[in-house]
Amino acid sequence: MIRRFLKPRVVQDSGAALGADTPDNGHVRLEDDHTRALEVGRARLIVTSAMFSLAFAVIAGRMVDVSLFKHVAPRPQARHQTELTFERADIVDRNGVLLATSLPTQSLYARPHEIRDPADAARRVAQVLPELNPTELKAKLASDRSFIYLRRNLTPEQVYDINALGIPGLYFEQGEKRIYPQGDVTAHVVGLTDLDDKGIAGAEKSFENELRNRHDPLQLSIDVRVQTILHTELEQTIADFHAIGGTALVMDVRTGELMGMVSLPDFNPNNLSTATPVAMFNRATLGVYEMGSTFKLFNTAAALDYGTATINTLYDVSHPLKIARFTIHDYEPEHHPISVADILRVSSNIGSARMAIDMGVDRQKAFLGRFGMMKPTTVELPELGWPLYPKDWREVNLMTIAFGHGMAVTPLHVVTGVSALVNGGTFHPATILKRNPGDPIPGEQVIKPETSELMRQLMRLVVTDGTGGKADVPGYLVGGKTGTAEKNGAGGYHHKQLLSSFIAAFPITDPRYVVLVMVDQPQGNKESFGFATGGWTAAPCAGRIISRMAPLLDIEPRGSMEPLKVLKARAAREAKANGTLNGEETLNGVE
Amino acid sequence: MINLGRTDTSVIGRWWWTVDRWTMAAVAVIIAIGMILILAASPAVAQRIGADHFHFVRRQFMFVPPTVLVIFSVSLLPPLWVRRLASLGFVCSMVLMAVVLVTGQEIKGATRWIDIAGMTIQPSEFAKPCFAVVAGWMFAEQREGDRFPGNAVSFGLYLMVAVLLLLQPDVGMTIVVSAVWFVEFFLAGLPILWVLVFAMVGLSGLVGAYFTFSHVQARVDRFLDPSDGAGYQVTTALQAFHYGGLFGRGPGEGRVKEVLPDAHTDFIMAVAGEEFGLILCLVVVGLFAFVVLRGFARMLNEDNLFVLLATSGLLVQFGLQALVNLASTLHLMPTKGMTLPFISYGGSSMLALALGMGMVLALTRKRYGAEGWH
Repeated sequence: MIRRFLKPRVVQDSGAALGADTPDNGHVRLEDDHTRALEVGRARLIVTSAMFSLAFAVIAGRMVDVSLFKHVAPRPQARHQTELTFERADIVDRNGVLLATSLPTQSLYARPHEIRDPADAARRVAQVLPELNPTELKAKLASDRSFIYLRRNLTPEQVYDINALGIPGLYFEQGEKRIYPQGDVTAHVVGLTDLDDKGIAGAEKSFENELRNRHDPLQLSIDVRVQTILHTELEQTIADFHAIGGTALVMDVRTGELMGMVSLPDFNPNNLSTATPVAMFNRATLGVYEMGSTFKLFNTAAALDYGTATINTLYDVSHPLKIARFTIHDYEPEHHPISVADILRVSSNIGSARMAIDMGVDRQKAFLGRFGMMKPTTVELPELGWPLYPKDWREVNLMTIAFGHGMAVTPLHVVTGVSALVNGGTFHPATILKRNPGDPIPGEQVIKPETSELMRQLMRLVVTDGTGGKADVPGYLVGGKTGTAEKNGAGGYHHKQLLSSFIAAFPITDPRYVVLVMVDQPQGNKESFGFATGGWTAAPCAGRIISRMAPLLDIEPRGSMEPLKVLKARAAREAKANGTLNGEETLNGVE
Repeated sequence: MINLGRTDTSVIGRWWWTVDRWTMAAVAVIIAIGMILILAASPAVAQRIGADHFHFVRRQFMFVPPTVLVIFSVSLLPPLWVRRLASLGFVCSMVLMAVVLVTGQEIKGATRWIDIAGMTIQPSEFAKPCFAVVAGWMFAEQREGDRFPGNAVSFGLYLMVAVLLLLQPDVGMTIVVSAVWFVEFFLAGLPILWVLVFAMVGLSGLVGAYFTFSHVQARVDRFLDPSDGAGYQVTTALQAFHYGGLFGRGPGEGRVKEVLPDAHTDFIMAVAGEEFGLILCLVVVGLFAFVVLRGFARMLNEDNLFVLLATSGLLVQFGLQALVNLASTLHLMPTKGMTLPFISYGGSSMLALALGMGMVLALTRKRYGAEGWH
């Protein structure tokens, strides 16, 4: 643009430069000068006009551009706000049902130094949050702390109302609140978090880091439907028999996945104040108990697997067994020798002890070790109980452990062990995580498949002809074993304080699930004719659980299996083959 | 409304037949659009700062009658009286600007305002048109007077104004005043070599401002590096134009005014773009261009150098202010707090612009020879 000023006609005229000392043409300005100055001014005015025109044209063009064509993207911060991210991932059950999730909340806190009039502020805050005590509130607001929480997890409406008060010194902390839609039903498995959103029990604690690092939900093996059945049925049983507590578990015997696990009493994880130590105690994985007769399953399986006895081996149970200062009794004594099968069927302590003697301490210890009974379970929970067993494993221990006393394990130990007994002999470690189909399932062969087959028949026998009759469910071929242990407290065993249990597997021909019900200190009632044993308390509960869960889990009802016939046929075959039997010649009780 | 015969020789009659009625009409339309836009934009701003919804509207409307009165009465003046008024106004505003520096109240980091008779005024606003006229007078005297050192005097006056403005500091207005002075000097026949020198000085002045004033630096940086966020107000303003499109969302339907702090002042065109659309915006630009270019066109037939220079200076000031405001809003240059003449909110600015526009109308009246000079 400057080049245009260089036209000679314009330049030659520029007599006046900066400053006043430029020589004039004469004393009197010529009219010519005046005209020339005007001419220059006009010429240059055209240039100026052109520049202004151009500038206005650019402005107009830009207006058209930004109005009709060019879109300026909104500032990116708006996008961030729409994305909800949480510190902890959700927890879901095996079918994707929500067990734990996070909701954004705001917590009200104060910086007391910034509060001008604590009394007035306390009065006004208490109007919005009537559950707060104005006196305490005032003390908090007047304290000389620099930061103090007034109330956690306000509703959006409460936040709005507090903001509307316009009190300086009150602030909101963005946070999250963990919500457990299933409430107490999944309390012990899922666990809960504390006020600072840190896991303090259950999966919330054991998967603390993982939950904080992953975005997709953590999927547990639990099935909320099974879990709910366990919860209602166990609650009912505890109420019926005025028990102090109990536990119920369901395990998939093919994978070791826990389908359900309930321990009562429990707590509501949405309300931290219900999580008392008693309520948070997980009887299924943390509590160790002398399980009583259910342990006879392991004793029998060990004898059969080691070959120290066969199903038809007879043992004399007519007299109480004396060892050291102990005497081993049977509840309903038989006055003749009975077979291994009958020992389990009638749950004979004496017979079990005699079988154990034939086996010996080392074999018993090794066998229980293979079933993981000598160390805590490896399930992914922080609440794991150490089994209790004698340091010095003598013959008396050998004999009492045979029928489930003198050694304490968790109910989960029993469930995992029995699963291995019935599934063909493979021990799968228990897990609360869902196993993806196709993933290798960790497992170890711990007994022979034939032994497992025998154990299934024996467990069916207990239900059809033994102590576990009340657990039977038509069509689902329940096998199981009752357990009634006297609780060991101060001053020895208490005859009136029982730990009654029932362990079931179904369908016994090809077991899919093992169910354990254990009731702590049940009292006999009218329906049970005063009995509080496993067969009268836990077995019916297990039966109800199976009848409710089996249809849900797609298990088809089928015809009955008659173990007596099978066993008789086997006994006849073995008698022919061996010619002799250990002890007497006849097969008492089975006939 | 006005029914005056050509033979009417009263003051009003002569005025009506000699004044540039087209420019007057354009200015009137601009003022009217300004009133509509302040109605649209300012209630949201007033509500946000907790004032009465029509706080800004009332104050702005209050200034409309005095504004019209000033334009009219100043345009009645003959050029000689325009020059006298400007000289008096220039002296007064220089004194007030000096006083402002000592006693003025600081608002948003600058000392520009002074309380006179219960009114907050910004003396530098009034200095601008007065200086344009006085500088034009001095340049004309250099060319036509008898050995009068007009250029030197005008340069001295310019330095005075510039220093007072920079002390406030008001970089934007310094630039406008410099441009006015430079264009007048250019029109008065500044040798091309000196044009180049002044262009260089002006450029280095801009660079100097960048390194001297941190707020200037921040704004330029933000303009040059949009990745850092082009500045909240500008980005929002551009979105507003986009939302408005050709016809706008309709009066009162705009949302940008709810979030822009300066919706009623520097960014008022964004509100116009959103609510009334591109068409109204182009009308506004057209009106400003019309006033400036028509004024220049009339000067091409002007025989009086002083009138030519003074009028051009006034129009440059008027047009440049509009251009800077629009360019800032449209992100064509770093944001500069400059009001859109007669449209943005601001009483002082309205009256000062009325003074300037009144002088333009007075100087562009048809005159024949020396008649009407006095």
